[in-house]
Amino acid sequence: MLHLHESKIKFLEERANAVRQSIIEMLVEAGSGHTAGPLGMADVFTAFYFHILNHNPKKPYWEERDRLILSNGHICPVRYAAMAHAGYFPLEELKTLRKLGTRLQGHPHRAALPGVETTSGPLGSGLSQASGYAYGAKIDGRKFKVYCFMSDAEQQAGNTWEAAMFAGKYKLNNLIGLIDRNNIQIDGMTEDIMPLEPLRAKYEAFNWHVLEIDGHNFEEIVNAVEEAKAIYEKPTVIISHNIPGKGIKEIEFDYKWHGIPPNKEQAAKFLAELRTLGGKIKSEHE
Amino acid sequence: MPINPKVKLVENILEKEKLEQAPTRKGYGEGLLAAGELNEKIVALCADLTESTQMHLFAKKFPQRFIEMGVAEQNLATIAAGLANYGKIPFISSYAMFSPGRNWEQIRTTICYNDVPVKIAGSHAGVSVGPDGATHQAVEDIAIMRPIPNMTVINPCDTNEAKKATMAAALVNGPVYLRFAREKTPVFTTLDTPFEVGKAEIFWDSLIEVRLQSALDVAIIACGPLVHNAILATADLEKEGIKIRVINNHTIKPMDEKTIIQAAKDSGAVVTVEEHQVQGGMGSAVAEVLAKNYPVPIEFVGVQNRFGESGTPNELIEHFGMGVSHIKEAVKKVLKRKIK
Repeated sequence: MLHLHESKIKFLEERANAVRQSIIEMLVEAGSGHTAGPLGMADVFTAFYFHILNHNPKKPYWEERDRLILSNGHICPVRYAAMAHAGYFPLEELKTLRKLGTRLQGHPHRAALPGVETTSGPLGSGLSQASGYAYGAKIDGRKFKVYCFMSDAEQQAGNTWEAAMFAGKYKLNNLIGLIDRNNIQIDGMTEDIMPLEPLRAKYEAFNWHVLEIDGHNFEEIVNAVEEAKAIYEKPTVIISHNIPGKGIKEIEFDYKWHGIPPNKEQAAKFLAELRTLGGKIKSEHE
Repeated sequence: MPINPKVKLVENILEKEKLEQAPTRKGYGEGLLAAGELNEKIVALCADLTESTQMHLFAKKFPQRFIEMGVAEQNLATIAAGLANYGKIPFISSYAMFSPGRNWEQIRTTICYNDVPVKIAGSHAGVSVGPDGATHQAVEDIAIMRPIPNMTVINPCDTNEAKKATMAAALVNGPVYLRFAREKTPVFTTLDTPFEVGKAEIFWDSLIEVRLQSALDVAIIACGPLVHNAILATADLEKEGIKIRVINNHTIKPMDEKTIIQAAKDSGAVVTVEEHQVQGGMGSAVAEVLAKNYPVPIEFVGVQNRFGESGTPNELIEHFGMGVSHIKEAVKKVLKRKIK
């Protein structure tokens, strides 16, 4: 078990809080978009962009970089925010989200913004894109990892399981999936809409190594990725148990916040709440 | 015989029974192998139809670069998108009914919008698939591929052209849809017949020697193996004094607008011929070009808003109105509509 230094955890908590504030600011400016998912994945994205990924924000096409494929493109505000804070582009550009001519398309587009790696949005097609990428890299003996972040509801899509079968068959140990298990989707709770459980057993049956973590605990996020890197015979999927809307109490776990942005008054309130938390989101909510 | 000497077609082109017969998918298999030998970035993916799509030639020569996908066409397209994003040039094969039939959105978003160089080879297109029946007869594939930005769409007329088209597709810096047929059809082009993506070729011109082009009566614009039927129909019609130009319009997108518009100007009437629904296919694409640039009467030979059915390939081509006699009828019909 690897322990992150306290100062590292504090640093990550502060970055995550800044990312959350940016998400709220972007969404209220855009007037549309998704709120719950991005807030719920803020800690995971922060852990990746500020600790886990082998990347260089100034050289987004650096050949040896780890590839982070975002399958559920609709949570892209969190990716854009993390990328901006990491130095891929100026923070002010976040305000252009979803506006005509922007590089920050409503769902991410490869050709629009260096660093987003692939175009995504239509659910269920990210894991197979990541698997194809990983397969190509593996047969060429490349060292980088391919990460694929997915939503939980897109585990309802057949294409996802075609990919899971493929990655299992070809033992893609350079592929690490991460499922944003926040239990909500547009129409309600996943287990009411179309149950996913037992999700762990499903992936195990497809010959994957499966890990489960608290997606708001930086040590658990980092440790899971370290373990996944050590698994040689199989691809690994990390089921990250996340709280949708994490960081803003009144919207946490409320599926109605899946696909809407805050209005101006709500945004002001949410930002004030986030500012009081400082770097303490984790401890405030445990 | 008024065959364009520049296109080097076989000499006995009108003797259908004596011509060598081969399916266009055969040329695909040979072209893929040849392209694979020239470029090691090329990988091949197949959805459980390796031999019937003719990918087995590549698979045998380059087992490390061949990926068996099983019956999973959505995955076929998206795995290829990932491979291409990484830096490979993937060719993906299945029957056209399933790829691009089943995986359209994946092709549209993860290949075309992503703008990565995946080559989609749809085999067994058209009703000439024969006894398998309508479930396996793709006659809508051109219509669903050609409106997608970044996509190139090619339907070769025989196995020789199929090989050239496959090798050319490997060099196109973007997605390509290649359309092939299951059944053996006449081989009437030669190794010397020119092929260039986006360049339609005049195969036959009744006035090629007299150079009085404006005296043409009609232009037949065809694609796929039916180009040969168009030539047979033309040879008959010439005997009645009708002056015709036959164009092999293999690249449906981007279309060779210059050649199409010139044909309309020289003839004043057009017949399109394709083994596809007349809605949204090659003929529709020709109509889009002509309606905007030089409107003339057009008749559309193709499948008329119907599903296919079981039968022998030749029976089905006749049954669905794409035989030599049907092309002749269409020519006479369009001549009556012609503005004098």
